[in-house]
Amino acid sequence: MALTEAPRDIEALIDLMARLPGLGPRSARRAVLVLLKKRGALMAPLAQAMATVALTARDCATCGNIGTADTCAICADDTRAGGTLCVVEDVADLWAMERSGAFKGRYHVLGGTLSALDAMGPDELRIPRLIERVADEGVREVILALNATVDGQTTAHYIAEALAASGVPVTSLAQGVPIGGELDYLDDGTISAALRARKSF
Amino acid sequence: MEWQDEGTVLSMRPHGESSAIVEVFTRAHGRHAGVVRGGGSRKMAATLQPGGQVQVVWHARLEDHLGSFAVEPLRARAALLGDRRALAGLNAVCALLRLSLPEREPHANLWTVTIALLDALEASTDWPPLYLRWEVLLLEELGFGLDLTSCAATGDTTDLAYVSPRTGRAVSRAGAGEWADRLMPLPACLMGQGPASPSELAQGLAITGHFLARELAPILNARPLPEARARLVGMLSG
Repeated sequence: MALTEAPRDIEALIDLMARLPGLGPRSARRAVLVLLKKRGALMAPLAQAMATVALTARDCATCGNIGTADTCAICADDTRAGGTLCVVEDVADLWAMERSGAFKGRYHVLGGTLSALDAMGPDELRIPRLIERVADEGVREVILALNATVDGQTTAHYIAEALAASGVPVTSLAQGVPIGGELDYLDDGTISAALRARKSF
Repeated sequence: MEWQDEGTVLSMRPHGESSAIVEVFTRAHGRHAGVVRGGGSRKMAATLQPGGQVQVVWHARLEDHLGSFAVEPLRARAALLGDRRALAGLNAVCALLRLSLPEREPHANLWTVTIALLDALEASTDWPPLYLRWEVLLLEELGFGLDLTSCAATGDTTDLAYVSPRTGRAVSRAGAGEWADRLMPLPACLMGQGPASPSELAQGLAITGHFLARELAPILNARPLPEARARLVGMLSG
């Protein structure tokens, strides 16, 4: 009889790995094989790190960022400007903003975008908490750093409308030609957005 | 099996490692789904946004298979992203088409009018009356056209002021009599006449909403019409 499957425990691990974004059954199988080959150097430390993070990770009660305390490092940092709030869709976007090093204010993580497809309404997002924060924390500007997609911009418009009564200026990230971008390779939507957002030179 | 058609993207859902299941409203093949290989990639993200106009080649071994799409962008609707009301219009159009149209049933006339509506949304012209008439056409395509040509009671073709919530037929002021308070007010804009004020638009959308909810009741299963439509109605009526 040919051996077509790995032992049950390893198959269970492969099934779990295959649920991760970017991994399918085949790539999960390859990843598990690598882990099995490097059991001592990689697999055991990885398992231990995952167990630790699973126990300690929690959502920041203020902004929704992920940390290991009730208040994340960014919210706890007194050197950060409190008057500017950057609204992002999820933690990955917050990390992307932090990598740029260009923003020194505080964040608010929505936890998704409004989506008719996924039945995601305002109540499923952290929009009510955002409105509370704007009122309570003396915010002077809200920057909407949401994706330039239909769902992302629908959410941005909704938030702008919800904050209109507060009188706080709401801005959004510019859309246009990326660094290193060649016009010939850009889609027409990006080119027209860049043209509309042109500035004096 | 293979065909080629022009269509508008209605939705995109990630599938597997890098693919996506995309629903497209096509000119000759109606609402049709298919797998787009690599559709989950960043490169394809702009092309597969709802409302984007695309050329698709559908391929499957058998007709009843899901099949796969090869997608070429024809026109992005990027200008809509900056316009709150137009974006709400796009969301409502996509949500209603996804909800109401049977799969793989051609609706060429509705497709043409939908493209014209999306063009108007993008051009920021006076599109709300067009949207209202698009919903009337959607009802027609679903098999429930409103009859606003003459009074259901008297046969009059003038002074039509109400719509029967039961039959969808117009009723004149004289024909309504003491039943007027049980009928829905008929705004002129629903008949394609004159400019549409916010209150008239609200009346028109209340009529189309009533009949859409009724016709789509088996699909809605006691849920309301899509939230995207409710948001648009709120904006246009305000």
